[in-house]
Amino acid sequence: MQKKIDEIEKSIDEAVQDVKSSKTLQEIKMRFLGKTGEISSLMKNMRDVPPEQRPSMGKLLNALREWTENKFAAIEKKLKEFELKKKYSDEKIDVTLPGRAPENGAYHPNTLIRNELISIFAGMGFEVFEGPEIENDYYNFTALNTPADHPARDMQDTFYLAPELLLRTQTSAGQIRVMENKKPPIKILSPGKVYRSDDDATHSPMFSQMEGLVVDKHVTLCDLKGMLDEFAKKIFGTGVKTRLRPSYFPFTEPSVEVDVSCFECGGTGCRLCKGTGWIEVLGAGMVNRRVLEGCGIDPDIYTGFAFGMGIERIAMLKYGINNMKLLFEGDTRFLKQFKG
Amino acid sequence: MKAPLSWLKDYVDIDIPAEKLQEKLFSCGFEVEELIDLGKDISGVVVGEVIECEGVENTHLHVCKVDCGDKGVFQICCGADNVKKGIKAPCALVGATVYATAKDHVTIEGVTTIKKGKLRGIDSFGMLCSGAELGLNGDLYDGADYCGLLILPEDSVNGADVKPIVGLDDYIFDIGVTANRPDCQSILGIAREVAAVLGKKLKEPDYGYKAVKGNYEKIKISNLAPDICPRYIGHYVKDVKCAPSPAWLRKRLALCGLRSISNVVDITNFVLLELGQPMHAFDLRTLDGREIVVRRANDGEKIITLDENEFTLKSDNLVICDGKKPVALAGVMGGLNSEIKNDTTEVLFEAAKFARDSVRKTARSLGQHSDSSALFEKGVNEYTTERAMHRALHLIQQLGCGTVTDLHIDVTTAYSRTNEKNLSVSVSKINALLGIEVPAKDIVKILERLNFKPALDGDNLTLTVPGYREDIDGYPDVAEEIIRFYGYENINGTFLPSASITNGGFTEEQKAENKLKDALVSKGLYEISSYSFYSQKDLDMLHFAPDAKERNAIRILNPISEDLSIMRTTLAPSMVNVIVRNLRRGNMAGKLFEISKIYLAKSLPVCDFPEEKSVIALGIWGKYDFFDLKGIVNCIADDINTSFEYEPCEKPFLHPGITAKIICDGVKVGYLGMLSPAVAEELALDRFVYVAEIDYEELKKHAKPFKYVPIPKFAEITRDLALTCDAAITCAAIEKEIYSACKYVTGVNLFDVYVGEQIGKGKKSMAFKLTFTPKDEPIENKIDGFVKKILNNLKFKLDITLR
Repeated sequence: MQKKIDEIEKSIDEAVQDVKSSKTLQEIKMRFLGKTGEISSLMKNMRDVPPEQRPSMGKLLNALREWTENKFAAIEKKLKEFELKKKYSDEKIDVTLPGRAPENGAYHPNTLIRNELISIFAGMGFEVFEGPEIENDYYNFTALNTPADHPARDMQDTFYLAPELLLRTQTSAGQIRVMENKKPPIKILSPGKVYRSDDDATHSPMFSQMEGLVVDKHVTLCDLKGMLDEFAKKIFGTGVKTRLRPSYFPFTEPSVEVDVSCFECGGTGCRLCKGTGWIEVLGAGMVNRRVLEGCGIDPDIYTGFAFGMGIERIAMLKYGINNMKLLFEGDTRFLKQFKG
Repeated sequence: MKAPLSWLKDYVDIDIPAEKLQEKLFSCGFEVEELIDLGKDISGVVVGEVIECEGVENTHLHVCKVDCGDKGVFQICCGADNVKKGIKAPCALVGATVYATAKDHVTIEGVTTIKKGKLRGIDSFGMLCSGAELGLNGDLYDGADYCGLLILPEDSVNGADVKPIVGLDDYIFDIGVTANRPDCQSILGIAREVAAVLGKKLKEPDYGYKAVKGNYEKIKISNLAPDICPRYIGHYVKDVKCAPSPAWLRKRLALCGLRSISNVVDITNFVLLELGQPMHAFDLRTLDGREIVVRRANDGEKIITLDENEFTLKSDNLVICDGKKPVALAGVMGGLNSEIKNDTTEVLFEAAKFARDSVRKTARSLGQHSDSSALFEKGVNEYTTERAMHRALHLIQQLGCGTVTDLHIDVTTAYSRTNEKNLSVSVSKINALLGIEVPAKDIVKILERLNFKPALDGDNLTLTVPGYREDIDGYPDVAEEIIRFYGYENINGTFLPSASITNGGFTEEQKAENKLKDALVSKGLYEISSYSFYSQKDLDMLHFAPDAKERNAIRILNPISEDLSIMRTTLAPSMVNVIVRNLRRGNMAGKLFEISKIYLAKSLPVCDFPEEKSVIALGIWGKYDFFDLKGIVNCIADDINTSFEYEPCEKPFLHPGITAKIICDGVKVGYLGMLSPAVAEELALDRFVYVAEIDYEELKKHAKPFKYVPIPKFAEITRDLALTCDAAITCAAIEKEIYSACKYVTGVNLFDVYVGEQIGKGKKSMAFKLTFTPKDEPIENKIDGFVKKILNNLKFKLDITLR
């Protein structure tokens, strides 16, 4: 029997010597350990062994079985490692090939700025109100203290659709609609398209504005300044300062022009700020008493401020766009740059 | 508004440099848009006295020794015909810069630097200059228009800088004046501000004159339009001697860009510049009946203005007439028939106030604009109207060009405004508006400088507002006056310390729109923004029929051009135009969207607020097809938690076989399709273009609230069915039939379409993956029954068989 065992061991050694794949190993395994395999056959032959020899024979056979199984396991492990290595090397890719994902589009720069502005002012408690683009003379001018013969009407070239109907020239028109329907405290933003008959590199017959209005008790010019300081920092950078200087709008008194310190050069003077260190960004002021009165708000109790800015202007400044036309042409080479 | 520094100095002692004054003006609300340095191109030119002058044989040249004082004596070769010993002329030293002139010795061709030169072998160390070479003309400096040397006064100091002598050390401030300050559309008005900002006293111009009493023939002035001519003042001047104006007057006009005409006319223009009151002078002998009538024109009445243009008038044009005919277009321009001529001897001066709107309407409707109309449109105050007449009469006497009579006709009306107004304001209210405490003494000082005559009594401040300040009306105006001089830098930012808390944020509609835009952007679409207006041609481009509803567009009455003349009724032409532009620029593929309004009038011509409707436009081109666009449209449905159905339809600009209407809950909400080959050919497009338009307002109504549905307890089961049917049967029809045949079907997804020999002509094969979702119990054992029922239904309803 020992001889038989030795023979089996020897033939196992021979059989596994050149094993290259798990498949052949599996076949060899079957040949020895399978139901009809050589070791199994020996086991079956145990019943022919005299009873007294059975324990020692059993031991020998079990040892053989164990040895065989260990042997196969070791080889299998090696083979697996080898095959895995081969798989790794076969499947190696050029990781520098381009990635693949559904391409994102982009918001229009106006939408980006508009949403950024709304978010900034929403944080300060402003609600949003959107008025109609086609307005009547009253909301666009008269209620804003700009009666028919007022020279300020010349500041804006208006598109008329009918004697009393026009394309709004300013989102300020929305102020009145809000104040007629809502009593103080009022804190609203009014974004939207506005129209003026002007057409060159820095003017477009259609553009967008964002109007802000605050009406409450004890509102001061200092509050306007404080709020615009905050806006300037958030949209142009923390180091940016604002400057007020006198100006004129019929619907505010006092009126101011608001400049921000140049975020390109930090105020030392450069091309963007034309050497002045300051960039004009918006117009503002304390709401004119007559405007409040006209909306049924007592100007002796309430004061307010309003500010209005061109969204395209902010976009052009912030992104360094040099021609306003680009914003309305829809050239994909332009639009693609605003994915960020 | 152009204000020369030298002129401002007549009224204010300005002791700071021009640049400093520019800053001061800026701080109080007058932005100097341009500071023009008259002598910026001229340097190194000094007074030179010709001490020796000898002709060079056979030439027009002279070789001179020029004494330039402390600069030295130089040999200069000169070609001017008026060079001679003893004269003083501008001498450009070597290294100096002057203007190079063309052969005509007048036209300036740029700036040149003087170098040591040689003319006909003679060394020349500089150049004696003409007026033109210094940028001067005869109005700016007497004698400067001579085509030879500019002769300087004999008392000029040799070697002294020539610029102060000829007025090239002057500056012109081009100032942006805001619409509330028409009083500053004049040199005196700016001077008032300069005086206030510098804290200096204002020296008023001389308004004094001596009228010569007499028994003059009466001049009658009647005003038939007091509403648009609140004030009319006439004054009779006789013994007029028309002549050229003196040098100082011509220079003042020239600095402000006006041409000198004759003394009488120049006086009216001088007053216009100095005080901001347009004036007019009529040749009295041409006025029929020695009469002036201010009235509205008769329809069809004609007038020829001074510039020899004829106009046919309407009743809203205000005219100044004599006893018979119009002699001036009020506030715009005088008539040719009453023009001052060289032999004019009797003049009627006019100083009037015409309503802003009336002058504006006339100037615009006739296309006739002038310095006068510009001022009237901005607004003239009667305080100045009165003074302007006095000032003009003073100048007549100063120039000695006529006898000022005492025949003065001042027609006031119910529309006249009194000059001064008293105002009482509260200091604490002013401070409350500003948010800072301006010390009372500063308030008083500032208002004194503005000539508001402040009187402070506790909190109460009493003011007398000068007649020229019609803009001052209440305490906020006073607050503005105070802060613009006290300084905006004193306004410190605060953050509504006592205001109520308000709740802010995007509206629900904006949130929804942003979410939709997010969805489209994530599908690779770029957002565009196109003009709200286009032209009928853009509708022609898309083959809209003459009676198509899209043609009912609101017209802009005064469009910038015909291309931008109607408000859009569909976004499709804008989208197609953007795609065409992209293709022409070599952007061969792309996906775009726009959410904008269309404008639908209830009736035309529009007379009431039209409907403004948000519309979604989609456009894709290049490597994409109909189903890419349909996928995007479906994603819009997903975004509002609904689904769309599609049915074939036709649009004039879309391929009739590749167009579908988009239906939501049985309502048509839009369309999508391929740009028709006919339109594409006309536009010379070599790529397929697909567009869709969805009525966003309608779509919003179909948004379904999102609600969580529990996950089924049992796994879903799928079955693939390959069907054979008539080629005309649509996918949608089959899907609908399958859904209706079995309530457990929750998904029908087409994954293959086959047309070919194997299934025969007029037939097609479609393969669907069906998803069955169990409800309360497993359905494995029922699936075969479901499929059988579905197939039976398909066979029965649509004659569809299993392939």
